[in-house]
Amino acid sequence: MLPATVSDTAALLAAGGYVADNALATTVHLALAMQRPLFLEGEPGTGKTEIAKVLASGLGRRLVRLQCYDGLDLAAAAYEWDHARQLMAIRIAEAAGTADRQVLASDIYAREFLQARPLLSAIDPDLPPAVLLIDELDRADEPFEAFLLELLADFQLTVPEYGTIHAATPPVVVLTSNRTREVHDAIRRRCLYHWVDYPDARRERQILATKAPQVGEKLSAAVVAFVQKLRKEDLFKLPGVAETIDWASALTFLDKSELTPESVDETLGVLLKYQDDIAKIKGAEAARLVAETAG
Amino acid sequence: MAGGTGTLALNILHFARLLRRAGLPVGPADMLAAAEAATLIDIGNRQQMRAALRAVMVHRHEHAELFDQAFAQFWRDPELVRAAKAIEMLAAGKAPPPEKAPPGTRRLAEAMAKPRERPEPPEQKRDEVDMVMSVSDRERLQSMDFEAMSADEISAAKQEIRKLTLPLDLTRTRRRRPDPTGPHVDLRATIRASLRQGGEILSLARTRRVEKPPPLVVICDISGSMARYAQILLHFLHAVANDRDQVQTFLFGTRLTNITRQLRHRDPEVAFQLVAHAVPDWSGGTRIGEALGLFNRQWSRRVLGQGAVVLLVTDGLDRDGAAGLAENMDRLHKSCARLIWLNPLLRWDGFEPRSQGIRAMLPHVDDFRPVHNLDSLRGLISTLSKAPYPRAMDTWRRVA
Repeated sequence: MLPATVSDTAALLAAGGYVADNALATTVHLALAMQRPLFLEGEPGTGKTEIAKVLASGLGRRLVRLQCYDGLDLAAAAYEWDHARQLMAIRIAEAAGTADRQVLASDIYAREFLQARPLLSAIDPDLPPAVLLIDELDRADEPFEAFLLELLADFQLTVPEYGTIHAATPPVVVLTSNRTREVHDAIRRRCLYHWVDYPDARRERQILATKAPQVGEKLSAAVVAFVQKLRKEDLFKLPGVAETIDWASALTFLDKSELTPESVDETLGVLLKYQDDIAKIKGAEAARLVAETAG
Repeated sequence: MAGGTGTLALNILHFARLLRRAGLPVGPADMLAAAEAATLIDIGNRQQMRAALRAVMVHRHEHAELFDQAFAQFWRDPELVRAAKAIEMLAAGKAPPPEKAPPGTRRLAEAMAKPRERPEPPEQKRDEVDMVMSVSDRERLQSMDFEAMSADEISAAKQEIRKLTLPLDLTRTRRRRPDPTGPHVDLRATIRASLRQGGEILSLARTRRVEKPPPLVVICDISGSMARYAQILLHFLHAVANDRDQVQTFLFGTRLTNITRQLRHRDPEVAFQLVAHAVPDWSGGTRIGEALGLFNRQWSRRVLGQGAVVLLVTDGLDRDGAAGLAENMDRLHKSCARLIWLNPLLRWDGFEPRSQGIRAMLPHVDDFRPVHNLDSLRGLISTLSKAPYPRAMDTWRRVA
């Protein structure tokens, strides 16, 4: 059962522990209501993949996940014929003396020899409705995007030897991209687009309270203020929400109840993942940021 | 769809037209989707309305801000609806917008009118709307005028560009193509063929890996000292962008501009006009370090994946005394598969890299290509296509 209004959608996301802003809740609602794929783009660690997981659990659907990589092809993403069994079937037909070409062709290309991979599994009419997560689409190469077009437009897949397979219930499709490559316009046009930005301080504290409840009130406020300031710095890779959560948990684990320049220096590796950035922030810069957040 | 909400549908229509005028690619499908979306949300709620229209009409992050500004203006001020109508009629009766102009007409009109003075009456009207929409706050320091190419020159340029082969130019992809002598067996095709012979496998279908040029990223200096090469370089960039897949092009002087989209226009003349409009800093100073730093932070992760080759075109003469140049060159070098530096200023004979900028950059490139005579596309392409120089990079670095 799909949520009826935007606030129902927001409530569904909230129930799954996802703190969404207004724009995101509206976009998700539209994607569900209009049965259009949802294309989420944003920096790493801003919770794009999480949306699909929360939607799956909130809607009571199974989550089908396709992790993209360079060279991903139909055989790994959509379907593959079971060649060994097909060859066996041909030999058996020969032995039985029923090697009529037409009959053989329809026997060989039966559904039982078709092995479903994520894309086919998501639209399989014999299985319960799904949420299809196509994760980090930017990692796949361009030819793969072309495979997706039919699926995204009509929720169907055509297997040349077998025929076209339609979804009984259209799957909820979520595509994510970290923008390591520009995704083609043809994909974008078929989707509803949302840029998942870093959250503001208030929402980041809500997220922290939901995801890491063990972190104390005071520390959580200081951590969020520090990270918000850090994102305005000139860094090669800004910390995402995932890093904020990790950092707050790390500090709590080390029994720190407030931020000091020393504790920041010791744990900076949880927050920043490039040596250039760490060298830039460590020491004086960290002390300045801590002083600013305290003041 | 939007059955009882005629006014709303009309407003969406006008809004879409304004967005198009502001440069957003909004198609009829987007408008239909917008009308449908409006029925699914609470249209009294402004935030929801904006989020909904943005979700269906904006397909890239870069356009979001433009959309927000346009939205704020349009749905606050119904006067603008009328203005939009007026403009629409005006545009229908007079000249079409420049993007759609048949190649050459604008140039012709400009040539007939006073030189250098661009805006003609319909143009001015258009600019007013741009102002009302507060779409553009970028400054235009100096615009650039390029000589047109004749049809013959264009086809000659295309032929030249086919000869371009960068060193190490082919990478093996993970895709396969049918090839009777290939090393891999394609079972699916083999079984399909065998059925034609009643299930007997007579020959194996084979495949080979596809090889293709890696993505190419060109970062080109257009500062004052490079001004005389701008024309030839732009022709080169345009020809490359239209000949290969996956080419991203950036220009920099004091700023960094991505002109990939503009260059994609097939007619070079139109493409150059679009580029001239997009780039704010023709023939100004150079801040190579800063421009590369900006590229590293904003673009490198987006365009340097999948084994990209970077072609850096600059004379290495830096206004900032090479501030931050070495660090940023190092970062760039580490982020791409291969970094080729084309330096059009220095003579091959008796070259001595004295400038600070050049000294800072040389240790971080894989391949250094100085060219002393860059007045033809052919010269540029043959320089780039040469096998790596016998004089190894180490020698260059020792000189530096």
